[in-house]
Amino acid sequence: MITDILVKIANAALLLLAVVVLNFCLIHAAPGDPAQVIAGEMGGASQEVLDQIRRLYDLDKPMLHQLAIYIGKVLQGDFGHSFYFNESVTKLILQRLPATVILVLAALSLAVLAGTFLGVLSARKPNGLLNHFVTFFSLAGYAAPVFWTGLMLILLFASAIPLFPISGMADVARPKQGAAYILDVLHHLVLPALTLAIVYMAQYSRLSRTSMIDALRADYIRTARAKGLSERTVVFKHALRNALIPVVTMVGLQFGHLFAGAVLVETVFGWPGLGRLVFESILRRDYPTLLGVLFFSALLVMLANIATDIAYRLVDPRIRLRR
Amino acid sequence: MSAILDIKNLTVTLQQSPGVVPVLENLSFSVKAGKTIALVGESGCGKSMTALAIMGLLPDGFQIAGGSIALEGQDVAKLPGDALRQLRGNRMSMIFQEPMTALNPVYTVGDQISEALRLHQGLSRQTARERAIAMLRAVQIPAPERRIDAYPHQLSGGMRQRVMIAMALACRPRLLIADEPTTALDVTVQAQIFDLLREMQQDIGTAIVLITHDLSAVADITDEVAVLYAGRCIEQGPTATILNQPQHPYTRGLIASVPHLRLGLAAAQPSEALEEIPGMVPGLGKRGPLCGFAPRCRYSAGPCLEAPPPTTGTGSHQVACWHPQGEAA
Repeated sequence: MITDILVKIANAALLLLAVVVLNFCLIHAAPGDPAQVIAGEMGGASQEVLDQIRRLYDLDKPMLHQLAIYIGKVLQGDFGHSFYFNESVTKLILQRLPATVILVLAALSLAVLAGTFLGVLSARKPNGLLNHFVTFFSLAGYAAPVFWTGLMLILLFASAIPLFPISGMADVARPKQGAAYILDVLHHLVLPALTLAIVYMAQYSRLSRTSMIDALRADYIRTARAKGLSERTVVFKHALRNALIPVVTMVGLQFGHLFAGAVLVETVFGWPGLGRLVFESILRRDYPTLLGVLFFSALLVMLANIATDIAYRLVDPRIRLRR
Repeated sequence: MSAILDIKNLTVTLQQSPGVVPVLENLSFSVKAGKTIALVGESGCGKSMTALAIMGLLPDGFQIAGGSIALEGQDVAKLPGDALRQLRGNRMSMIFQEPMTALNPVYTVGDQISEALRLHQGLSRQTARERAIAMLRAVQIPAPERRIDAYPHQLSGGMRQRVMIAMALACRPRLLIADEPTTALDVTVQAQIFDLLREMQQDIGTAIVLITHDLSAVADITDEVAVLYAGRCIEQGPTATILNQPQHPYTRGLIASVPHLRLGLAAAQPSEALEEIPGMVPGLGKRGPLCGFAPRCRYSAGPCLEAPPPTTGTGSHQVACWHPQGEAA
């Protein structure tokens, strides 16, 4: 098992390098001259200034040369300097990364736990009232665009039920430390996490319902009942663990989507994470920042995939013990 | 000695949209401690439904519509769910046909054997584990201390069926139902499993209901045979009598369709064509009150098509047929 995981990590490292090269080429293929944008920010420029900017950022060299310089820097952990924010890209990203990770993990946990629970409940009575409610909720949640759900929640919680804050990550008037700060962040987290979770909750409830119905029909469930186990043990011990296998697979596959969804949610709720950074750096043609964010999001997705792989092995001994 | 299991006039029905369809009709048989009865018949004749009815595990839509199922004098057909659960896996247990799928793939065999012990006998985790190892040793699994932590996919089919037997017998049940326990296994393994069942039976004194369509298995290990056809018992009696002097044309057909291996001089003779019973078991809802076998029976005539067959017989050998056949076929 350890060897398998090490191989996965080595593969992920190679893939990450490919991501760096591909992103670099794609961005350079896009129209627009960063030197002109930078000069524009400075309030106009002569040819001389443009040339100077190009020299400063190595923009005057051939693309392959630029790529080689970039990879060399990335290998040393240097993602360059942001044109627009005028700060080290690494520092910019590390400032924003925690917010996004908190948002994505909160949404994912909520989606998986609540979705699976709803799915299991509806699988136990496939024609019951609860099942119809879960089906309706899933379709509605899946069909609604993330930003729309977010806006509707803002409408609801801004005026009708002012229970949760609708923007930002913390109250600016409070000190940024201690238990009070953590509670404040959690309070601000409720709506963005819920918005992001709803779509995935819908998917997990459908998936776990299907796999649970399958599991409950299996022969080993009949064996478990023949042992005289209570219905609760049969469902939550014998069926659920088998039904979780496809759910775990789905979590790994969807982590990337979740990240994309986070860009929209962060924009709608003013959540200061990577999503908004990427949005701003695209608008400003801030290539170093954009490349850095793309690198870190690819890294997160790969870490998530490795985590999924480990989780998968923990749930299913047939994979863990395969030779 | 009183019977461990005594079934009287058991009727099971299936609720379907047009109405109620009989699945088992007026089934009666009993088994004493340490004895084995075989329920024999083709697929779809109601063998497995009988087993599930006894265990109280009938699928949705099926229900016990009449009769009684007495386990040591207690009618389990009338017990509420909780009381029935306390009997299952404890005083009565069951082995299923497919050892490949009947064990849960995500738990070790030790977990699965210990589960019933901890539930019914209140053993601690450690004691249950020791007992589970002892059970694995009893069903002749080599290196039980190591196998106890194996997952089902790491064991062969025969091993898995041994695990199933260990699991079913862990609480030393009074009644064991074995639903085609060897169908999915190699012939050599089949013999081992039957030997094992017999040994365990002698040890524990369990009554066994063996469900099978394999008459060759019946000869060796059972004391009595009940032949089922389309949800009814058509012939019943001591194993030797049923195999040597079958009276119902269906039983005779079943016995004639078992291939015999000829060895030595006999092997050189041209072999006879293996007999078959033409047609199929009638489907649910297509069974009238008349003899269900009549449309496939070469002797069917006159009364067969007019009235239900009477049950006749001498002593323990009973047959439901208008034209029971004598010794000379």
